[in-house]
Amino acid sequence: MDLRVHRDLARGITAIENGYASFADAAATLPARENGRQAFVVGVTGPPGAGKSTLVDRLIEKFRAAGETVAVVAVDPSSPFTHGAVLGDRVRMQRHSGDTGVFIRSMASRESGGGLAPSTHDAVALAARAGFEVIIVETVGVGQVELEVVAVADVVVVVTVPALGDSVQTIKAGLTEIADLFIVNMADRPGANRTAVDLKHMVRESRRDIAVLQTVASDGTGIDDVMLALASARASESTNAERAVRFEVVRNIRDAAVRRALAVLDDAQGRSVLERLRAGELTRSEAREELLVYALPEVINAD
Amino acid sequence: MPTKVLVAKPGLDGHDRGAKIVARALRDAGMEVVYTGLHQTPEMIVTAAVQEDVDVIGVSILSGAHMTVFPRIMRLLEERGVDDICVVGGGVIQEDDVPKLKALGVRAVFDADATTKDLIDGIERIVMEFGRASKRSGAAAGGSS
Repeated sequence: MDLRVHRDLARGITAIENGYASFADAAATLPARENGRQAFVVGVTGPPGAGKSTLVDRLIEKFRAAGETVAVVAVDPSSPFTHGAVLGDRVRMQRHSGDTGVFIRSMASRESGGGLAPSTHDAVALAARAGFEVIIVETVGVGQVELEVVAVADVVVVVTVPALGDSVQTIKAGLTEIADLFIVNMADRPGANRTAVDLKHMVRESRRDIAVLQTVASDGTGIDDVMLALASARASESTNAERAVRFEVVRNIRDAAVRRALAVLDDAQGRSVLERLRAGELTRSEAREELLVYALPEVINAD
Repeated sequence: MPTKVLVAKPGLDGHDRGAKIVARALRDAGMEVVYTGLHQTPEMIVTAAVQEDVDVIGVSILSGAHMTVFPRIMRLLEERGVDDICVVGGGVIQEDDVPKLKALGVRAVFDADATTKDLIDGIERIVMEFGRASKRSGAAAGGSS
């Protein structure tokens, strides 16, 4: 791939990320995608330190060996206090540096709380537009509820490691619900089989056809099986579209509500309620009620 | 918008405690810091800087190879058509070499006595003075800080 495309893609992502260009403007700087095929977007998520970046490094290697170009968008957390971030996912992917068929971009999560950055969707779309055939999105290290990746990936890979908890963890809601493929990484460590069995039970009970694989990403063990599972998901025109749209609608409405709430708290009427609360003229619950009715009358009255 | 900095550690010296302290200090100053680990070649540094589209490349070098590494970084940036990423250096760099590095286009050299505050202030000043925000953002320039 032309190095100029790398540079223009990188600049396009920056422009969107920092809000000085729209997606359309950024896309206009890139050559039109040549092949008609859509990019295949793989999401990789899981707790911090599970080996996501090392696994991504292995996936890059395999996709490249199969002749496909790969873009990686890797997200690391921003400090909620200083807004600073250390983006360290590239460290594990160094060996692809000289390969022009590989583009790696780190993003700080900034104000987003869903495991991705606010502009990750656009970065993925831009990489697709630039012609990358496979796009791997690596989330921040997540807990149980940062599920945003489901809205951007065709296939979601949840990476876990042995002995993070007993089988009760596998039946909790959240992360386990969005997986299209489970990977128990560091499978050379004690407890890997137990963790895999717990996940398999959970999968069977939820009547979903999801593979549970074991890998040792650091030495490449099990990666071929991961590639087979990804290929079959890619071929099956996964059902992620509906799930992604449902997720995005809920999220967009929630975000809109948050924006409305913040605006209300900041305007004259909102400030006067807070003022009366401070002066002791209102109780907490009265203040809350008044602000809610003011911010979202149609919702509050309906309840 | 946060300033984005690549903290790069070229060459064979296996010592990155200083680079990590710098990465953390810049983070705490509100910057987005890409850390790439040890043993980077100039090619790897420039590739990462281009893909990450950073404002600043900070090169930490203790091995004495700075007069080899910096010219290559500057040349590669030029070859890639990148004219708006600032390069700064730090570590063990002889005073005599500082003017030569500046002549190559290195914006600042921080010696071993520099505090993290010197570094933060220096980077912020360089970004303000030479950074691309104003060039790139055009009409929306008011939005970037």
